[in-house]
Amino acid sequence: MTYKIYIPIDSTALSLGANDVFYAITAEAKKRKIDLTVIRNGSRGLFWLEPLVEVETKSGRVAFGPVTTNDVEKLFDQEFYLGKEGVLFLGLTDDLHWLKNQERLTFARVGITDPLDINDYEKHAGFNGLRKAIELEPQLIVNEVTDSGLRGRGGAAFPTGIKWQTVLNTPSKTKYIVCNADEGDSGTFSDRMIMENDPFVLIEGMIIAGMAVGAEYGYIYLRSEYPDAQEVLNKAINIAKEKGFLGNNILSSGYNFDLEVTRAAGAYICGEETSLLESLEGKRGMVRYKPPLPAIEGLYGKPTAVNNVITLATVPIIMDKGASFYADFGMGRSKGTLPIQLAGNLKQTGLIEKAFGISLRELLYDFGGGSFTGNPIKAVQVGGPLGAFLPEGQFDTPLDYEKFSEINAVVGHGGIVAFDDTTDMAKMARYSFEFCAIESCGKCTPCRIGSTRGMEVIDKIKGGIDQDKNEKLLRDLGETMVNGSLCAMGGMTPFPVISALNFFPKDFGLEKKKA
Amino acid sequence: MNLSETQRITIEKHVETFLTKPGALLPLMHAIQDSLGYIPEDSYPIISSAYNLSIAEIHGFVTFYHHFRTSPSGKNILQVCRAESCQSMGSESIENYCKKVLGVDYHETSKDGVITLEPVYCLGNCACSPSVMMNDKVIGRVTPEKIDNIIKAVKQS
Ligand SMILES: Cc1cc2nc3c(=O)[nH]c(=O)nc-3n(C[C@H](O)[C@H](O)[C@H](O)COP(=O)(O)O)c2cc1C
Ligand code: SF4
Repeated sequence: MTYKIYIPIDSTALSLGANDVFYAITAEAKKRKIDLTVIRNGSRGLFWLEPLVEVETKSGRVAFGPVTTNDVEKLFDQEFYLGKEGVLFLGLTDDLHWLKNQERLTFARVGITDPLDINDYEKHAGFNGLRKAIELEPQLIVNEVTDSGLRGRGGAAFPTGIKWQTVLNTPSKTKYIVCNADEGDSGTFSDRMIMENDPFVLIEGMIIAGMAVGAEYGYIYLRSEYPDAQEVLNKAINIAKEKGFLGNNILSSGYNFDLEVTRAAGAYICGEETSLLESLEGKRGMVRYKPPLPAIEGLYGKPTAVNNVITLATVPIIMDKGASFYADFGMGRSKGTLPIQLAGNLKQTGLIEKAFGISLRELLYDFGGGSFTGNPIKAVQVGGPLGAFLPEGQFDTPLDYEKFSEINAVVGHGGIVAFDDTTDMAKMARYSFEFCAIESCGKCTPCRIGSTRGMEVIDKIKGGIDQDKNEKLLRDLGETMVNGSLCAMGGMTPFPVISALNFFPKDFGLEKKKA
Repeated sequence: MNLSETQRITIEKHVETFLTKPGALLPLMHAIQDSLGYIPEDSYPIISSAYNLSIAEIHGFVTFYHHFRTSPSGKNILQVCRAESCQSMGSESIENYCKKVLGVDYHETSKDGVITLEPVYCLGNCACSPSVMMNDKVIGRVTPEKIDNIIKAVKQS
């Protein structure tokens, strides 16, 4: 009799010792002559419980966590492999509050399957979307994506169907699909999770994108900080090729599509789509002027659909279940679900896929369990380093692109970083400028120089030097950057800075409350 | 500094590999750095003539990207995340601790040549901040004790 257990191979689980736990469990099983079948699955996204070990039982998978090597003997003593209760026992995984209250569409398989087992992938609805897409004319695939209401998950929230329509309508023998896997925003890891834990869904999404717009080649531009993702993707691509999902005449459909991974080199700005294209072409990542849109003149001047990992990985379920199934989730013009990432100073961190409309407060307290340190949460930053800092007073804002923009905030890539009340928000504002100075591509003066001047002005305000004059200067500088920058790097850095100034003037040494 | 014979052969091999590849510079530079630990500036003339690029273009390319280095690093690279999520969990004290125990600032190598310290802006491990990366391995929820262990482990190997 063999017992089936799951030990995650996701890199956050590994960063907490999942491999050591794997070695300890297999060694202990051998010692005790217990026959275990160990599957290295992806992570369920409950990172505060990682390494989370699961055991398959008749009533479903039960979880134990967080497991350390010191717990392993105890787990065997209590016969955890039978799913018996005892230390670290968490009950049925699917019944955990965190998972039960999600709507996992894009992440349907993540944590459940073995990332590189293509049969497991197919057993869990993998390639259903592709098989349906093969039956459709390209225009009908684009229509489906348009009707689903899917908007780009990389940050700008541009409707994916409209972008694809432009690429489809632009005549060219050569077109490209470029997957933006540069995931540079602090507080985000959903792209990484998809690539490490369900790589075939991204490949499937890219094949469908290629069929829809008439592209036969794709690139995944992957940040260099993700070596594990690179390894998994390359293996997955090879497996998909062997099985006839990539290459010529895919599943005898007449369609051809192939793709490769290109490793980036540690520049945040290369997440901006035109900078990314320059980089892929082997140049410095200088941002291009738009127009022309990449959809018309993109990689090597050819029509190119540049899409985020999550955007592309969401296409298969839309094709499988239909546009209206997807569009029924969400609110207003924010249709579907968003893989939200809870990070920073929170007790419970990880991945939550929810329909748009959930409030920050629910996320921070119901899911997040409040701050890690137990102190009050002072502010959150949503949408990465260019997103505004939001104070407690704004925690009831529903996650919705339009509602966020009404308060000068962005949903972006769905990352949420929480800060407790020991945080100096003026220091965070200064860091926003510092980051901009380090990462600016250098094309626009307000971004290149303004960011450094901004740090100096904050230092002066904090130092009590000509505070009124310098506060005005800081606000003017913010406006100059917003209006005088070619891209959102310079154009949005003022958002975190000015929101910190507006909501936390005391941290700048300014007594009077401004709004 | 001149290229050693093995360095030159390695570089020429990589230059050859990517000769017909569109966008060759990015994979080429990764290949050179992965093999040699850095990109010697003396490789520029070889690349320049093979790819028909000016030395200035190559130099501009290499210096644009934080990942590429033009001088040798220590045997291991320790990257400490400085991004917002890690800051919210006290990464500043981890940065200071690393600098103190290694006796270096960022971009410098410990005297024994074992570890080069680098800042990094997000490792995608934000759910378990603060994080560092030793070579290709991410470590989450780091504490000074964990840093000691990580450093000890590479010094022993
Ligand atoms: C400074 C900057 C950094 C960006 N970084 C990323 C990134 O890391 N990943 C991403 O998908 N989009 C990023 N974007 C957005 C891209 O420019 C682009 O909108 C996106 O890749 C389009 O794909 P989507 O429509 O599927 O979101 C960034 C934009 C800016 C201005
Ligand atoms: S705003 Fe900054 S990063 Fe963007 S194009 Fe201008 S200089 Fe480059």
